[in-house]
Amino acid sequence: EAKRYSRNNHMVDVQRGLAARCLELLHLPEDTGPLMILDVGCGSGLSGEVIEEAGGHFMIGMDISPAMLEIARHKEFEGDLFLWDMGHGVSFRPGTFDGVISVSAVQWLCNSDTKHNKISRRMKAFFDSLYAALKRGGRAALQFYPQNAQQIELLTRFAMQSGFTGGVVVDYPNSTKAKKYYMCLFAGQQIHQQGVALPPRPNLSHVQVEFERRRKERHSRNNRAVKGSRQW
Amino acid sequence: QIMRLITHNFLQCNLPKVTDKYPLILQATKVEQKEKEFEPEMAVAMLRKVEYEVLVAAAKAVEYNELPDTLPDNAESNEEFLKVFHHALFNVDVVEGTLTCKETGRVFPISNGIPNMLLKEDEV
Repeated sequence: EAKRYSRNNHMVDVQRGLAARCLELLHLPEDTGPLMILDVGCGSGLSGEVIEEAGGHFMIGMDISPAMLEIARHKEFEGDLFLWDMGHGVSFRPGTFDGVISVSAVQWLCNSDTKHNKISRRMKAFFDSLYAALKRGGRAALQFYPQNAQQIELLTRFAMQSGFTGGVVVDYPNSTKAKKYYMCLFAGQQIHQQGVALPPRPNLSHVQVEFERRRKERHSRNNRAVKGSRQW
Repeated sequence: QIMRLITHNFLQCNLPKVTDKYPLILQATKVEQKEKEFEPEMAVAMLRKVEYEVLVAAAKAVEYNELPDTLPDNAESNEEFLKVFHHALFNVDVVEGTLTCKETGRVFPISNGIPNMLLKEDEV
């Protein structure tokens, strides 16, 4: 029982961490008052809590699972919830949102059970409407779990076709277990016509530190000197 | 997490091929009133984003009748107005009701404060 609790606790921490990272990648302007954030695939509301703890933001969350939304409904955060399939498009007035986040959801647009033309239709509906619903200069940070490189390519292609610029940020790139993918999309005017413009480089120093720490742990477990250290 | 009028103000119909998507017509059969503290900054920020006429119609649908039919000239500094404006946006929760597409008449139900925007296979 305690094991299950701590495993659940760990899951909660992971999800909250992903949401916090998404928020970070949004580069929301400071001191501009309340901002409107859309949470795509909000699930049981974990990221909703993170958004509100970050302060002063209005959240609208949507998910395809009534069961998850039922859990979210009892949580403390104030955002409004919708039962909604993102593949049907996210229909809000143009320029509604200052930012969009998503934790572990958009890979479902690649659902391999669905026929190819239907996948295309859903991706187009999602990214077209997302682009419109974001205000000019707004960003989307969509954390997702791609099964393979083709899925990354597919998702980014549809995002670009809808008018977004940006790319994919990969945290912990050298660890199969810890690796995390974020689509970082920008809805706005490109100032320099230099192809796809990535958002300002996020501070990845914590990534480097984390990798170093794990490498040292692994080596000390094997009783070997870490390469580059004095013992070595 | 019960649908508030501010959310309704930004929502459009997600049926493909519909051109007259905004607003969805709100009907409420069960409503709850909150007493969230008045935040003038919040209210002023929303003044610029909200479609006022849509809010007025929605407020009538939830039987909140304090809003003037048109925006007062001095809205941004009129505290009395900002208070009822804030209340309409944030403090009236629609627990049960419907959202109806103007063009097609398609009804999206709201239950337990959560609107169901799922489309059927033949609607997509």
